Amino acid sequence: MLCDLCKTKEATVFLTHLVEGNTQNLNLCEPCSQVHDMHDSMGFALADLLLGLGASHQIEKAALACPHCGFSQRDFKKQGRLGCSVCYDIFAEGLALMLRNMHRGVTHTGKVPRKIAAIYQRTAELEALKKSLAQAISKEAYEEAARYRDLIHRMEHTPAQQKENSSQALEEELLPPKNALPGAKNSHQ
Amino acid sequence: MTAESLSNKKNEWLFHSGPHAQIVVSSRVRLARNLEKRPFPGWAKKAERLQLMKEVQVALEALPQMKEAFSEQMENLTLLEKQVLVERHLISREHAEKSAGSALVISMNQTLSVMINEEDHLRIQAILPGFQLKETFALITQVDTQLEENLSFAFHRKLGYLTACPSNVGTGMRVSAMLHLPGLVLLEHMNKIINSVNKMGLVVRGLYGEGSDAIGNLFQISNQITLGEKEEDIIERLHVVIEQILAHETNARGVLRHQQTETLQDQIGRAYGILLHAHSVSTKEALNLLSLLKLGVDLGLFSLEVHALVDELFMEVQPAHLQKSSQLLKMTSKQRDALRARRLRETLEKIPPPGLNNNS
Repeated sequence: MLCDLCKTKEATVFLTHLVEGNTQNLNLCEPCSQVHDMHDSMGFALADLLLGLGASHQIEKAALACPHCGFSQRDFKKQGRLGCSVCYDIFAEGLALMLRNMHRGVTHTGKVPRKIAAIYQRTAELEALKKSLAQAISKEAYEEAARYRDLIHRMEHTPAQQKENSSQALEEELLPPKNALPGAKNSHQ
Repeated sequence: MTAESLSNKKNEWLFHSGPHAQIVVSSRVRLARNLEKRPFPGWAKKAERLQLMKEVQVALEALPQMKEAFSEQMENLTLLEKQVLVERHLISREHAEKSAGSALVISMNQTLSVMINEEDHLRIQAILPGFQLKETFALITQVDTQLEENLSFAFHRKLGYLTACPSNVGTGMRVSAMLHLPGLVLLEHMNKIINSVNKMGLVVRGLYGEGSDAIGNLFQISNQITLGEKEEDIIERLHVVIEQILAHETNARGVLRHQQTETLQDQIGRAYGILLHAHSVSTKEALNLLSLLKLGVDLGLFSLEVHALVDELFMEVQPAHLQKSSQLLKMTSKQRDALRARRLRETLEKIPPPGLNNNS
């Protein structure tokens, strides 16, 4: 199960909250539970929960607010506008239905900014190279593998300097974790 | 460029007539863009808005299209100056209400304008005279692509360009055309047209966009959907619909000219008479009557020189333009109505009465 907040990491902290007979579940990953101050005082928070003390309020807030700009679902109901671009991921679930009713489908098919299109393309190329590398290794064709490894190394290291933080972050999100690749660990030096 | 010289300059899109200009007054495309991870204007604190405004203003002023542009913070403009810009469709009514932390940049020929910190960080607009949707789109795409080099726009892999309101997400694009449809209004076909346009997923609005009346027989047609369709497809759909409306309006004018000549001459003659003799005219009445004069020119009831005079009046009778020309700081609407009537009389005196023999 993925974390309700970041939707990227596995949830390891599970909270259940009863409000007037309704069950609310909150599943968080380790980092998110720390950001929202639910880890350190876990024992106390649970006790708080059971006793209906201040903790419940905090959980509600954590579940419904954007960690980047602080915008909450309640604010959206009031304004009909979102707080920042990150909100689209935080409130994705609620927005999906709304977007489906408002538009023709829920996937953008138009223009992509050049910088981002370049990242998409590079990611696709890298993935293809890494596949070839894995195949070469399984065939024990090590010379071929070394060539792929060098190509990957060059791609991963040259244009990265020109990129801005933002696109780099996006790239990291798009790329599979580095150590998941065979032979990638000791591929240089 | 100063606010004074900006409002003294005629806007190119109104006075240089484009293709099918008798019916399609102007073509407009606007793009909503936001900077990545920065709070949207409605949620940002004043300091954040000010900071972002400066960054965007710098990026815009560096564009070749914005050479010698008019670039100003909203707090430095008077109420009257803002209103003049609204009447020229260079800023929205919402933007006119903004103050510190919002700005606008307008190109010298007024075909490109950018509102900074309206509902989104950037609202880029391109406007061209006549039926030129594709040309307008090409113009704005060039600006957008150049801006991307220096600004990181909020873009989502699945949802496309992210906007403050989910209704603009995806392309962030609204394409619209301003149509002058007196023929369809006189034959009472407009409701039918509006219904079928709505069925195509397009929206019909009045002269000043959302929630405004269709005065002066002017209608804006635009797309509603921004997600799930390519920019080019949205434009194509609108293009096809406008071509059909164009044909219907031309048809309606033909019917009026040949089968209902009396009705037509009566309507245009009355409009001429009122404008020539009235001493108090509201904006709405003026635009409605001027629309009939415009139709008269298109159908050959006036000589062709009248066209420019009527087009100019269309802008000059609007409240802010009128008050600006009077040099008065404050005017009541009654005073404006009187001044408007005087301006109209002065111009109409130069125009001979309508007649079917005026076709030169």
